[in-house]
Amino acid sequence: MMPRSFARAAVLPLLLGGCAYQRYQSDFGAAGVEDRQFLTLFWIFLGVCAFMYALVIIFLGAGIARSRRAAEANVVETGRHHRSHPLMRSTLIGWAALIGVGLAGLAIASFFTDRSMAAAAANEKLSVTVTGNQWWWDIVYNSGDASKTLRTANELHLPVGVPTRIILNSADVIHSFWVPSLAGKQDLIPGRENDIIIVPKTTGMFRGQCAEFCGVQHAHMSLVVVVESYPDFVKWWSHQLQPAPMPTTPLAMAGYKYVTTGPCSACHSIGGTTAGGLVAPDLTHLASRRSLAAGTLPMNEGNLYGWVEDPQSLKPGVHMPTIGLEPDQLHAVVAYLETLK
Amino acid sequence: MSSRFRASLLLLGVGALALGACDREEHHSRAKPIGETVPAGASAPTIFPGSSTPPPLDVRASLYDNNANAIAQGQQLYMQMNCVGCHSHGGGGMGPALMDDEWRYGGRIDQIATTIAEGRPNGMPAWRGKLTEDQIWDLAAYVRSLSGLPSKDAVSSRAESMSAGTPQTLTPHPETNNSDAAQQ
Repeated sequence: MMPRSFARAAVLPLLLGGCAYQRYQSDFGAAGVEDRQFLTLFWIFLGVCAFMYALVIIFLGAGIARSRRAAEANVVETGRHHRSHPLMRSTLIGWAALIGVGLAGLAIASFFTDRSMAAAAANEKLSVTVTGNQWWWDIVYNSGDASKTLRTANELHLPVGVPTRIILNSADVIHSFWVPSLAGKQDLIPGRENDIIIVPKTTGMFRGQCAEFCGVQHAHMSLVVVVESYPDFVKWWSHQLQPAPMPTTPLAMAGYKYVTTGPCSACHSIGGTTAGGLVAPDLTHLASRRSLAAGTLPMNEGNLYGWVEDPQSLKPGVHMPTIGLEPDQLHAVVAYLETLK
Repeated sequence: MSSRFRASLLLLGVGALALGACDREEHHSRAKPIGETVPAGASAPTIFPGSSTPPPLDVRASLYDNNANAIAQGQQLYMQMNCVGCHSHGGGGMGPALMDDEWRYGGRIDQIATTIAEGRPNGMPAWRGKLTEDQIWDLAAYVRSLSGLPSKDAVSSRAESMSAGTPQTLTPHPETNNSDAAQQ
């Protein structure tokens, strides 16, 4: 029975490896230049270290076997224990040389990975400021032209193949920006500006999340990264730059009045309206996003109802208060928010 | 069993009982139901004609006063809602100072909540309808902490937001001699 359960135990980690190759959120996703380079470096390190480790284990095994034989020969009485094997000296010299070559190889590989990453960072084409907040991501696409500067939240769109500098800030505590499929982690530190260059290589959707414990809702602080072709990206950008349309139905109009004059506007902003709060996610194109409350819920009408009525039961401790809207107000607010495509 | 052993066993038992006192306060993320039954601002103003006794303290005061979470949340709101614009970080400017012992409209937490909710002449806007009751009371709790009124263990020594100043617990505050504050 034993060998069979051992075999099963050996297969389990392999299955786990299968999970890692899902591209949505994976260190092995290799969807960005940095991730690819690090992955190559990782395999080189793993190969070299595994080879050396195997050699050490073989030597150790040989040493154990040899000392047992020596004990049987009763070395103390024969006095022959000082004589080493003739091959020992050359083996040790070879071993030291192997260590030297291995370490030099690893150093050279690290150096070239580092240089090529610096080269990718040299020609940035797009600059995005991401500000970490408890517990959501504020995203601003910087542009020299104020009319092209775009503010959104919790959903980052990147054009494929374009080196993008992501400037990282924090409004409260330390957070960490981590999109495993694209690049490594980088901290967002209050009062400091950090940055990371991302060069996405494949289109698709990737999940990012805060990787530094930042408070009760740290687990519900995630980010959707949509990598798309350059024309699609420009289309998205120009659509997001549009102000929110005026609602047409009476119900949505009532919601518009409540949102722009009531408590919502103290924190949220909606382009083209008087709602101009800057302490909560921008809602101008809320309904075009894929998630609600930084990845807590998928965006749909039911979740929108639940979230607006009682955010504290869905994400306890979140800074959005439970206002206690009356049913008619709730219907109106949700009807208005759904027009924010 | 030696008497010494018994004594230390007793001490251990007493210590375990004392642990129960570590429960500092309740962290309420939603306003309590009583928050909705009494609107902020229901309490009377500070000016009491003649020798009449002041109205009793609002029932919600105990939920927010001396509550570390309320004070911390209020501090964030104080920055986010730009109270700093007029009151500075308590030192005052266009608006009156909040860190001294002078209260034009009363220094009890329910009176401060009324001031925030209803607004006051000469510039203080009314926040009712812009902030929830819960947020207004959080702010009132923080405003009281600016003049050192809550107990020190409730005030965060390290604010949740950026600050270049001395921690609040290290800032000496003069004894308050305000009659409203002394009444509680």
